[in-house]
Amino acid sequence: MGDVLHVVGGGLVVAGALLTLLGGVGVLRFPDVYTRIHAASLTDTGGATLVLLGLALISGLTLETLKLGFVWAFVMLTTPAAANALANAAFSAGHTPRIGAFQIMKGVAASEARPDTQRRETSDDDESAAP
Amino acid sequence: MSEIALQVNFGLNIALLLMLVAIGLAIARTRSLLAAILLMGVYSLASAVWLIVMDAADVAFTEAVVGAGISTVVLLGAILLVRAGPVRHNWRMTIVPAVLVLGVGGLLVYAVTGLPEFGDPASPTNAHVGRRYLIQTPDEIGVPNVVTAVLASYRGFDTLGETVVVFAAGIGVALMLGFGPRSNLPPAPAATGDHHVVLRVTAKLLIPLIALFAFYVQFHGDLGAGGGFQAGVILAVAPILHALVFGLRGTIAALPVRAVRSIATMGVLLYSGVGVVCMINGGGFLDYDYLFPPSVEAMIPPGLMGDPDHAHHWGQHFGIFFIELGVLLTVAATMVTIFYGFAGRAAEEPGAST
Amino acid sequence: MNVAVTHFNYLAAVVLMMIGLYVLFSTGNLIKRMIGLALFQTSTALFYISLGKVSGGTAAIRIYADSPEARALAAQLDPAYVQQFGVGGVVYSNPLPHVLILTAIVVGVATLSVGLSIAVRIREAYGTVEAGEIEAVARVDAAGAGRGP
Repeated sequence: MGDVLHVVGGGLVVAGALLTLLGGVGVLRFPDVYTRIHAASLTDTGGATLVLLGLALISGLTLETLKLGFVWAFVMLTTPAAANALANAAFSAGHTPRIGAFQIMKGVAASEARPDTQRRETSDDDESAAP
Repeated sequence: MSEIALQVNFGLNIALLLMLVAIGLAIARTRSLLAAILLMGVYSLASAVWLIVMDAADVAFTEAVVGAGISTVVLLGAILLVRAGPVRHNWRMTIVPAVLVLGVGGLLVYAVTGLPEFGDPASPTNAHVGRRYLIQTPDEIGVPNVVTAVLASYRGFDTLGETVVVFAAGIGVALMLGFGPRSNLPPAPAATGDHHVVLRVTAKLLIPLIALFAFYVQFHGDLGAGGGFQAGVILAVAPILHALVFGLRGTIAALPVRAVRSIATMGVLLYSGVGVVCMINGGGFLDYDYLFPPSVEAMIPPGLMGDPDHAHHWGQHFGIFFIELGVLLTVAATMVTIFYGFAGRAAEEPGAST
Repeated sequence: MNVAVTHFNYLAAVVLMMIGLYVLFSTGNLIKRMIGLALFQTSTALFYISLGKVSGGTAAIRIYADSPEARALAAQLDPAYVQQFGVGGVVYSNPLPHVLILTAIVVGVATLSVGLSIAVRIREAYGTVEAGEIEAVARVDAAGAGRGP
């Protein structure tokens, strides 16, 4: 029984690693910011889920399982938020997708992505408060 | 079985080191400062994984938090402030250092071949004092994590020095850049649409959890990987994340500059105060066996915690507890001070948003 | 065995150290120089940790002798090896380099911030962080001060 769990868990870890590798290839191969963010974030959460599931199977039902669950919850919270922030920043900076501007960009981009409000990214919130 | 396990370990080691060298080369090659800083973050994460392979769990923890967290934020703050363009090169600046580096590197490689083999358990490094620490820690200190025992007790004086250096560096940054914004920051402009709503909600969820995790790392440091340095840096991440997402003004209102300054000082005072108490009770500086006077020691029932034969472990336990608390306070407050220095400067600069 | 294999970690540390040194020398940009210095510093950490590794060892957190974990770890190694180099039936890596490097990393980021804040002040005073241009600005300033009223 333990051996079967070990083999299945190891397989899941390898699958997760391969998925993450695929995401890396996607980041290199995809044409523009948005598709690259898409490739990185989706494979990140998926790969991490598979790896953590595999590790949970290998370690068996112990305290480790709970810790792995916490890690999973953390990854599920942060990676999508980071991808959102990244896409938001790219949008505010006026990047247009290669496949053509999407609906919101045609109307809003011209008025909202003015040069002086461009850098309204996460780290710049405090300084945009400067006089 | 054993051979395979060792070979897998060694193979991982080599693969990760090659990865580190590749990232290092990329850092040297790139002309974009932003790319170099982000690559440094990647380098830190890769080296944290390598440190786990090298059994250095505590160090891996520190490297992951410091390298990929704080130092990236500080470097990004610095390039925001200096607004440096791409790095310029000319051929003279390439050839001369290359020749020099090759010469020095050749000498070092020659020196390295005289070292004991990698992983040799009988090498002078591993056979003497490190082994003594491993053998004696359960008897003398009584905490399972030998790294914490060495850090806080055997080499407590050394760690006091490191804590003071961190504190002094914080003062140095504050003297250069100010303890925070000198003037009152104007209120943040009304939120523009709901662009950052995901970020805000996630940050609100995460900030208390980050602080909680820092305390777990702090108080779990005797038993597993963790301790004051790691916990201090993690704890500092919570206000930094708050400032990045909600603006510096709100963070300073919640955690005033004066309070951060006092906390950093209190940490160093707590640490050295433990040492002085030990001296008053008849021991040496930071000799935790003398932390409690004998009358207090006698009141503790034997076998209350851990090994019944070693009642004096109580002094060690509490000594380590207090000095790790001092390290936590100083490191966390210093990191926040450094961040306030950089972020306050950025907030004050007219036209920093260009 | 081949020296390139048995001493691979030390060679990698030397290579990384030289990359850091090269970055330090090959650019006049003070921020890039600080990055090179940080790289240099991590290579030292790499070297120390490599020295403290004991093959077949585990993290230096004492496990009770005769516990299932201790037996599982010892079962992977040669009993004579464990007998000779183990402590309480388990082989541990050397904790001393870990302690030294752990504190050095935190001190490293603190000193890195000091260096960066000096670079920020230099930028405010001279308008540049390129070493060559700083000297030029300083020379012009000195000449201006000499001719001034």
